[in-house]
Amino acid sequence: MSDALLPARFSELEPFAKTWCLSTEGQRFARRMASTMPEIQAFYDAFFPRAEEAIAYCEKFPLDDMPDDAQRLLQLLYSLVMVSFPVEAWRQPHVPDSGAAYLDLLIEPRP
Amino acid sequence: MARIEKPAEGSWTAHYPELGTEPMSYEDSISPEFYELEREAIFKRSWLNVGRVEQLARNGSYFTKELPFANTSVVIVRDMDGEIRAFHNICRHRGNKLVWTDFPREESSGNCRQFVCKYHGWKYELDGGCSYVQQENEFFDLDKADYGLVRVHCDVWSGFIFVNLAEEPSQTLTDFLGPMITALDGYPFDKQTERFFYRATVGSNWKLFMDAFQEFYHAPVLHAKQSPVASRPEVQAAGFEALHYEIDGPHRMVTTTVGQGWRMPADMLKPTESLTRSGLFGPWDAPDLGDDPLPVGVNPGEAKHWGLDSFQIWPNFVILIWERGWYLTYHYWPTSHNTHVFEGNLYFVPPKNARERLAQEMAAVTFKEYALQDANTLEATQIMLESRVVTAFPLNDQEILCRHLHKVAADWVDDYTRERAEVAR
Repeated sequence: MSDALLPARFSELEPFAKTWCLSTEGQRFARRMASTMPEIQAFYDAFFPRAEEAIAYCEKFPLDDMPDDAQRLLQLLYSLVMVSFPVEAWRQPHVPDSGAAYLDLLIEPRP
Repeated sequence: MARIEKPAEGSWTAHYPELGTEPMSYEDSISPEFYELEREAIFKRSWLNVGRVEQLARNGSYFTKELPFANTSVVIVRDMDGEIRAFHNICRHRGNKLVWTDFPREESSGNCRQFVCKYHGWKYELDGGCSYVQQENEFFDLDKADYGLVRVHCDVWSGFIFVNLAEEPSQTLTDFLGPMITALDGYPFDKQTERFFYRATVGSNWKLFMDAFQEFYHAPVLHAKQSPVASRPEVQAAGFEALHYEIDGPHRMVTTTVGQGWRMPADMLKPTESLTRSGLFGPWDAPDLGDDPLPVGVNPGEAKHWGLDSFQIWPNFVILIWERGWYLTYHYWPTSHNTHVFEGNLYFVPPKNARERLAQEMAAVTFKEYALQDANTLEATQIMLESRVVTAFPLNDQEILCRHLHKVAADWVDDYTRERAEVAR
């Protein structure tokens, strides 16, 4: 599969890659807020059991010189962290009692 | 039941008798008139942290900082000799904002050899001297030496850059910071350069957000749903007690324990905390900060179960140092009596690999979940304080630092008002 976004051994996660491989926290937060809980839960349930393996895969590479597919896998891990509160604590995408409050991340590490 | 030993006087608050134990009014957080006095008495006369030296990596590096309470913008630059300087961000010709990109109200940063005004092309050296005037011979007896940029007092402590808008600051930066803060000298801030920088506009007085982060009495309640541990009845019932409080001049600090995820059973943790070995209290695995012992200013009460120190540096700057080897800063920039801009920075040792990077991401994401709840609650507080239905509020011993902040604000405003009255006489 030449248009694969993720390393071959994580090919089962390809359906989520287009949605959740996002390079900034702002994009990941916006995706979370625009998603339904069933969508978030499906991503979490599919990825969480493979997450430790994905971390082990990514940490073999130097952070400043990762192959593109490994870097996308790392972005997928960032998105897993982003949806962890909705799944594990809130049972909803947005932070309870946070209303109109926002907090923009203006500078963040790359990758 | 108190679990932590308090000072001999019986309470932290009684240890600082000038604070009193009376209920507080919070009129200082809802009065437009008081805010106008704070601008002059506090923000135009204090040393204000505007950034860190790492933001000025090379000669010619600069950044601008908006200071809305003073209706000004300053530009901070490392000049060609490596010296850090600050200027009001205004062209001497006809008052145009000198340094900005695309949006004149937004902050900007970069690297340059000189500042060039976008309007008529006047040029300034990075030491502030005016070096070029377009069609100079059209002017009348103009001497460029009289038209350098307007300097702002600027000094650096432990890599933190401070400015002071006073014509002549009444204290040096070191004297202003005092012994409790300068005892942090030597802490390896410079090794923690991986940065997450957050900003939000908050619908509350600046002091209300400082209050929210200088007491942890709220934590077991407001954030109860965040973790399996915090929601347990015994944790709720136990509440919160700090290990140590200390006050030095206008500055104050608190030491507390933190959750030690690495010692907890999995059923007391969220699965992603166990996966990333990280959470609200940062990555569980501390980085290598070198072999030097930490400076004496860290954990000044020598608490056995030290987890974090939160230093509240007058007027609007917080440094929060974690036992696990990372630190946070907060800034609260007032924009009116009931609004301010909040800035939060998380600083880590640069990660060596993806696993360490992910642990930092987990800490940053968790920080935001909490901060969003805090920010919104403050707006709810501001709204009802402004009703003035209730005007006296009891503060407990764990809220000693809130009491101190509001007293210092009142003292500085009183001093200013008295000085002005004396001048008028």
